[in-house]
Amino acid sequence: MSEPTGVTDRRSTEESASDIAVRFRNAAVRVGDRTLWHNVDLEVPAGQFVAILGPNGVGKSTLVKAALGLFPLAAGEARVLGEPPGGASRDIGYVPQRRSFDHSVRVRGIDIVRLGLDGDRWGLPMPWGERARKAHERVAHAIELVGATAYARRPVGQISGGEQQRLLIAQALVRAPRLLILDEPLDSLDLPNQSAIAALIKRICTDRGVTVLMVAHDVNPILTYLDQVVYLAGGGAVCGAPREVITSANLTRLYETPIEVLRTSDDQLVVVGQPEAPAHHADRHTGQPLQ
Amino acid sequence: MNSFTVLASAASSSPDAPWSWNLAADLHDMLSYPFMVNAFRAGSIVAVVAGIVGWFMVLRKQAFAGHTLAVSAFPGATGATLIGINPMFGYFSFSLAAALAIAAAARPRRGGGFNEESAVVGVVQAFALACGFLFVSLYNGFSTSINAPLFGSSFAITNTQVITLGGVGLATLLVLTAIGRPLLFSSVDADVAIARGVPGRGLNVVFLLVLGAAAAEASQIAGALLVFSMLVMPAATAQRLTSKPALSMALTVVFGLLATWGGIALAYYQLYPLGFCISSFSFGGYLLANLATATRLRQRRPMVSAKPVGAVA
Repeated sequence: MSEPTGVTDRRSTEESASDIAVRFRNAAVRVGDRTLWHNVDLEVPAGQFVAILGPNGVGKSTLVKAALGLFPLAAGEARVLGEPPGGASRDIGYVPQRRSFDHSVRVRGIDIVRLGLDGDRWGLPMPWGERARKAHERVAHAIELVGATAYARRPVGQISGGEQQRLLIAQALVRAPRLLILDEPLDSLDLPNQSAIAALIKRICTDRGVTVLMVAHDVNPILTYLDQVVYLAGGGAVCGAPREVITSANLTRLYETPIEVLRTSDDQLVVVGQPEAPAHHADRHTGQPLQ
Repeated sequence: MNSFTVLASAASSSPDAPWSWNLAADLHDMLSYPFMVNAFRAGSIVAVVAGIVGWFMVLRKQAFAGHTLAVSAFPGATGATLIGINPMFGYFSFSLAAALAIAAAARPRRGGGFNEESAVVGVVQAFALACGFLFVSLYNGFSTSINAPLFGSSFAITNTQVITLGGVGLATLLVLTAIGRPLLFSSVDADVAIARGVPGRGLNVVFLLVLGAAAAEASQIAGALLVFSMLVMPAATAQRLTSKPALSMALTVVFGLLATWGGIALAYYQLYPLGFCISSFSFGGYLLANLATATRLRQRRPMVSAKPVGAVA
């Protein structure tokens, strides 16, 4: 931050809020009377590609929902793009947890992307004029960016999962967001699609300067692209460069059970002994405890 | 079709004059009867309203709720007759009340959005039908009076009824114009819509009320049990043929109007129940659309899968 001007900037006390896209301080989330996670401190610097890792049911999706303002924090505070959660939603592109459009959905991919541009506006769009032309261009551009032009005019329920995922990323990008939040975008895709989508996200991050916060179940397809990882466990979160965070000592401490991190011959990390989610853990889709 | 036969025999020339294949003459013949003019007016209004509302209903997969709202109009109509007030009032008030009851029971859906609980919808439907039959048996009136609310009649439609249908229909379409875009967003993509600040729950309540009004209108033409011929079939037919939202909605209106006009004309010439006639035209259109889509798909098949999955552009 440069010299404070006449008006006191409420952010000037924080060391350059514009450099930190997402910040959680001592945050906690409760579902019912159970604390999902607490003591979470994390910082996502602007322009970085950051993954949130952790076992099933630990509350990774809840963490991004808290950042979006869709889920309240029970304690602590969060700032997203310098605003409280939900305040900067115009600048955030969100790709929620894997949803697929079923076969009967008779809407085209291009319509899905267009809804990302102005679907939250009341009234009907003007079908002609300067504004309509601009909107059309932005939609076409976003679709081109993700390489989905060939199938964007087909019914969205009839294209493959990987193709749908690209269009959903285009939908999140169509407003040129500063922050892109993706919740398990690689889930249930086959391996070639996983690496293609991961490369696409990295390209968006570097070429467009978009900060990317991505929930991932498996770190391997994205590991080479990541600037930082956040490992989330019940007791808190550990942040840092992938090689620093994904270590035997860290994971053993987080999970309170012996875990080993191995390095393969092609320098991939492999986590061994990662415990499955305990049986009482929340249903990860609804955030409600199962019992 | 009690009212129809009464009106028909009162008319000077025979209304079941044979179909002449001279469309202008046939039309002139039909429209020389004021009750036929009102039937076409009311049918057209309802075809447009039910078509567009039904388009969203099909997209939102709320057909069960839509049917229940229509069935709720049945005790409304019979109850109003029983206590001696205008049945129109009963149609709309009961359908809208049922819409509120169903909306109140809506729960957040897995993966975002809101869905009414099908058990609650079923309870409302069963109770509404039961009340309707109770009111009919208490009334002890014409034994045929149960047919009109359940299976449709538009040959005894008054001018006031046409105006009311038009007014309610216009209000319904204005509301849909205002909320159409966010409604489409939250219908196809609830999660992202909510993250963008679209009020999913509020929209669901408003849409159920709109659906209640449309279902009450359609019940007055096609009958409470046959509303889907106006609410579902035109939309389903259009969505079969195209996935462009604007074109699909326009086709829905066209198909709805054609089926309704065809149905009214068929009922005039053949004395078949009106609900059956409209349903038959709608069903025929749906079958043809399926046939056309199947043929088109077969011709196009080799072009599917245009791009290798792993490619990054």
